[in-house]
Amino acid sequence: MMKAYPLLIEGLQVIIVLLGAPLMVGWVRMLKCWLQGRQSAGPFQPYRDISKLLIKDIVLAENASWIFRFAPYAVFGATLMAGSIIPIISVDLPLTATADIIALVALFAIARFFTALAGMDIGTAFGGMGSSREMMVASLAEPAMLMSVFTVSLVSHSTSLSHMAHTVMEGTLMLRPSLAFALMAFVLIAIAETGRIPVDNPATHLELTMIHEAMVLEYSGRHLALIEWAGMMKLFLFSSLGIALFFPWGIAVADEAMMLPVALIALVAKLALVGLLIVLIETRLAKMRIFRVTEFLGSAFLLATLGMLSYFMLE
Amino acid sequence: MALLTVLGVSLIAALILAFVGDRRYAPEINIFGSAATFAASIFLALQVYYNGPMLAGHDFFFVDAFNVYLSVLTAFVSMTTALFSRRYMRHEREHGKVGRSGMRFYHAMFQLFIFAMLLALLTNNVGVLWISMELATLSTVLLVSLYRTPSAVEAAWKYFILCGVGIAQALFGTVLLYFAAERVFGEGSAGLLWTNLSQVSDKLEPTVLSLAFVFFMVGYGTKVGLVPLHNWLPDAHSEGPTPISAVLSGLLLNVALYALVRCKVLVDGATHSHKAGYIMMVFGLVSIMVAAFSLLRQKDIKRMFAYSSIEHMGIATFAFGLGGPIATFGALLHMLVHSLTKSSIFFTVGHASQMHSTQEMSKIQGLIRGNPLVGWGLMLGVIAIVGMPPFGVFTSEFLILTAAMKDAPYFTPFFLLGLAIAFAALFRKVMPMVFGKAPDYQRRLKAAHIPVFVHMAVMLILGLYLPSFLSEWFHTAVRLLK
Amino acid sequence: MNVNIAAQINSVLAALILLTAFGLLVQRRIYGLLHIFAWQGLFLSISTAIVGYTAGLHHLYISAILTLTLKVFALPYILYVLIHRLKIHKEVEDMVNIPTTMLIGIALVIFSYHLTAPIRELSTLVTRSTLAVALATVMLGLLMMITRKKAVTQIIGFLALENGLFFAATSATYGMPLVVELGVALDILIAAFIFGIFFFQIRTTFDSLDLKEMEKLKEED
Repeated sequence: MMKAYPLLIEGLQVIIVLLGAPLMVGWVRMLKCWLQGRQSAGPFQPYRDISKLLIKDIVLAENASWIFRFAPYAVFGATLMAGSIIPIISVDLPLTATADIIALVALFAIARFFTALAGMDIGTAFGGMGSSREMMVASLAEPAMLMSVFTVSLVSHSTSLSHMAHTVMEGTLMLRPSLAFALMAFVLIAIAETGRIPVDNPATHLELTMIHEAMVLEYSGRHLALIEWAGMMKLFLFSSLGIALFFPWGIAVADEAMMLPVALIALVAKLALVGLLIVLIETRLAKMRIFRVTEFLGSAFLLATLGMLSYFMLE
Repeated sequence: MALLTVLGVSLIAALILAFVGDRRYAPEINIFGSAATFAASIFLALQVYYNGPMLAGHDFFFVDAFNVYLSVLTAFVSMTTALFSRRYMRHEREHGKVGRSGMRFYHAMFQLFIFAMLLALLTNNVGVLWISMELATLSTVLLVSLYRTPSAVEAAWKYFILCGVGIAQALFGTVLLYFAAERVFGEGSAGLLWTNLSQVSDKLEPTVLSLAFVFFMVGYGTKVGLVPLHNWLPDAHSEGPTPISAVLSGLLLNVALYALVRCKVLVDGATHSHKAGYIMMVFGLVSIMVAAFSLLRQKDIKRMFAYSSIEHMGIATFAFGLGGPIATFGALLHMLVHSLTKSSIFFTVGHASQMHSTQEMSKIQGLIRGNPLVGWGLMLGVIAIVGMPPFGVFTSEFLILTAAMKDAPYFTPFFLLGLAIAFAALFRKVMPMVFGKAPDYQRRLKAAHIPVFVHMAVMLILGLYLPSFLSEWFHTAVRLLK
Repeated sequence: MNVNIAAQINSVLAALILLTAFGLLVQRRIYGLLHIFAWQGLFLSISTAIVGYTAGLHHLYISAILTLTLKVFALPYILYVLIHRLKIHKEVEDMVNIPTTMLIGIALVIFSYHLTAPIRELSTLVTRSTLAVALATVMLGLLMMITRKKAVTQIIGFLALENGLFFAATSATYGMPLVVELGVALDILIAAFIFGIFFFQIRTTFDSLDLKEMEKLKEED
């Protein structure tokens, strides 16, 4: 039991990530429809989309190389892997001993790298444009992301995600400006990384504005299904990463099998709240010009750095 | 009582002039106010001379040999400037350069400025010293832009922003000083009183005071006009009305230097080292050199003399930094004679530019033919300011040079070089203005002669023979600043 | 209120003041700047009041009220009226290279932290850690005055700098003696009137409040 329990949790978590991600996206879309006074397709529409795409045939471009075919699996795999090291319902994950926050950022980077390569592989104009934009966003977002997460690491004296979540959970309730700054920075980065408004718009195929969609424009069938699914997981993972780092209360600690249902309910509630927040942000803001993204992510970097500095200066 | 009169008269005069400053008799009120202040300051000086340093107003004011001589100087120069400005401003008014409200403003702010400087000198509280320095800036800012020409507005803005920022640094220094003092005195005003601080300066935390001195140096150094914080100074001097240039150059810079020296004494006491002195020496020497080279390039007459002020403030700062009885004596004397000489030069320069309706030196010619008194005044003033005997500047520079050769021989060549360049530059520029043919656009002018002559006479006396009461005074001040 | 909690609230306020200082540095719109400035004043005033409460120093309440009236209401209102009268409320400042400015700002914060290190070690006050933030606010105000080219924004930078000084006094020494604080407040008020007059003078002589026009006075070669 003692040996099997963490593995069980791990398996459970992977299932939650796989199945929860489309549900969350569905929830966000539904809320958005309601807010904009449209009829929604219900929260389960993403499942239908994915299953439909999975059974469809693939149309490959003539000059597509193996990279193009390999990329969806790499992206999907890397994202799923990332999902298995973030403490979502319990901090008791076997993988956290080997994979810390830096590995997590690297996994996301691998996924992005292959998406960008695939975008350029076909040789269409949109793919290349999307890739270059994505890389620009990434080059700015990644340092900010590391900075923000390192602030939490400083507070908890560890880079292990489980340990970080645990420390924040155990710590006495304190007003910590450093964590507040890190959270603000993290929100900005998460918006940029998951391609939401105001940085990118997941629902548009307008050639001048799209970033992520431009790269995956040529995909079809099960490739597209995997890519889309990975994208949904990314949103889910960033949300739960934020939760784990900044609001971990409710996540089960080691050997607390009884806590798992509670943790699950807490997770659903928190994710629902995050979805609501995303919708509120997206309906209030307009998408910004691509050149303003630099400033947007610059502010994220600034906030993250301020968080780190205020840890030293004020705490 | 004398102290209250010194401060009160100028404040009351400022209030009165704020309402009647545009009347015909306003200049007379201005002169009368300054004269009364001067008389009171003489009285105050006598009190200090016979009874020694005094505290007044619940230790709020403090008068010793150092600040009382500067107060008398301030009151004296403000009086002669008021005399000069009567003729000068009438001319400006007649030529439509200033309106009624401008005149009112000018007179009121002139007196307020004098009040601020006297308060800065006489207060015992380091915080109030800062406040009155800021007040002195604020009261002159709008005087610099009195003519409302684009360059005057620009100069005033620069003055406002740079001095505002600079003096803000001094406030930070004051906070740090108070922090150090609080550990000795505890909470309350006692920790900011100069008399208390100077007694326990060796108990103050040296690291904090060294840090504070950096901020004081930047803050008050900006107001002294030390390079590289001097940018506002030539602009403000050249664009404002000439009486204001005279008091800015002759008085405000002195008061700022006074504040800096007061702080230096505390820092030296706390750190037991000569660090602050070295900083001041370097700033002073750089100011002398940069100003001397800048003198060569000037085209505007008031701007040139503004650079000369930077140079002389550099000399005084250098000497205070050098320390030791001779250098400090020389610095004190230098503050006095520079202030007298420079203001009298500005008086003549003001008339010279009025005669030619321009401040451009290439267009000012033949002053001696147009108005011999203005011409000779300028010539003698320049002879005095470059440090030729028998005027006072020679004495003070000689003293400083002697001390520098003894204590800082490596600095002396630069010091001498700076003086030599300034000498050459000023003579080269002034000769054609004084001599030569008078151009046909030169106007005749009723100049205010008395202030110039009074200043010249005092300078000459100081050069030939230092009255015993003055030297005694300086010796007391030197002991205070050790 | 527990001293520990008060110290925590104070450091949060310090962090917010630092954040507003950066906000001023990068905000383009004039009204936006005014709002951020007013917020900064508010945080400053609350922080002063809290320090006054925990240290039992009642003269700090006066400073807090002074800050509140002057920095949160009076000065923003004066500026608001001036901006409205001068009809520049729609102006957007074109700034080059906000990211670089931010990086310089961060460097300044680190610099201030190092500069105030000796004082932090000596001090026993609960507010000692906020002194670095105070100095950083001063430096950022200075940076803002350097990078901005409009009269109004320079003034806001100047006032933010004063805020930093005020905060420094509170955090290093629980405030200066009252007579000094009152005097400083008076000076700021006078300065406010002077820059008000200035805006009109600049406006009438240059037809704009853009300081780029002011480049006449230079050393000519």
